[in-house]
Amino acid sequence: MNDFNSNIPIYIQVIKSMKMDIISGKLKPGDKIPSVRELALSLSVNPNTIQKALSELEREGFLVTERAVGRYVSDNQELIEESKNIEIDKRVEYFVKDMKSLGLTLDDIKNHINNLKEDHYE
Amino acid sequence: MNNIIEIEGLYKSYGKEDVLKFVNLTLTSGKIIGLLGPNGSGKTTLIKILNGLLKDYKGKVLIDGKPVGKESKAIISYLPDEPYFENWMTTSDAVHLFKDMYKDFDEQKVLQLMEQFNIEKNVKIKNLSKGMKEKFQLSLVMSRKAKIYILDEPIGGVDPAARDLILDTILNNYENDALILLSTHLISDIENIFDEVIFLKNGEVLLHENSEELREKRNASINTIFKEEFKC
Repeated sequence: MNDFNSNIPIYIQVIKSMKMDIISGKLKPGDKIPSVRELALSLSVNPNTIQKALSELEREGFLVTERAVGRYVSDNQELIEESKNIEIDKRVEYFVKDMKSLGLTLDDIKNHINNLKEDHYE
Repeated sequence: MNNIIEIEGLYKSYGKEDVLKFVNLTLTSGKIIGLLGPNGSGKTTLIKILNGLLKDYKGKVLIDGKPVGKESKAIISYLPDEPYFENWMTTSDAVHLFKDMYKDFDEQKVLQLMEQFNIEKNVKIKNLSKGMKEKFQLSLVMSRKAKIYILDEPIGGVDPAARDLILDTILNNYENDALILLSTHLISDIENIFDEVIFLKNGEVLLHENSEELREKRNASINTIFKEEFKC
């Protein structure tokens, strides 16, 4: 995985991608985070950049460090839930704006969503 | 983090042509720094001076607090832009040469890297392909536990698929608190591994900045900024 957009600081993208993994449950509370060097290698990114991203994630409460053992995903369900809701709202808002630009009303959009079939997206 | 390389008012000319025009640079250890510039901007000249290969320059150059000399050579692991092996040499000869020359050389490491790259022992280096030669030389250079690694165009001759491998080798094998100074003109392939970048233009330092701050400030990749600064 090395699909960073070099126009944006890399550490910001590392933070975002790791937050997504935590919010989506791909990374679960208590999961061990690879070492700085391992991450730098797998992402082909400067180790200091990874260090900066992990420190920020720790400061925000997504990760915790256990001395001499390593970094883990924190068990802060409240924070994870809150971040997830913010992300969902952001995406829904984006989607609704996009649909409105096609001339749909909120009711039209809801109708369309109600007509969706779950198995179509499996 | 100490200032492991300090350059003040460095001037160098070849005949009437000024190649380095009063360059000032302070480089700190623990960083990977990109030395970027088009051909003829002075990159290789600067690198040769740091490695003691060019001596008739003006200005001050300090490596770990001392002038360029025997002591600086002992702490710099240098990958030149052209292979320097003699025609008769085999891969094993080169390994022994490095073992004799450098106290900080780790023979096990180079053998392991050679195996990883499928480079055989006891084969004549001149018979290796260009890409293989580059990998072999990089293996030797990265097998030293040096304070400074100076890599002149390490990804120049290999195909794009091999570039990732070269980058991994660099990231995987350098000492954490070392300085890596890496010159290249292939910026987009490699820009994500730089802490700092130096743009060299016609022998002058156009810019020396933290790469993440530069991206933030200009909303662009180092590659794009480079193209903007150097467009003719």
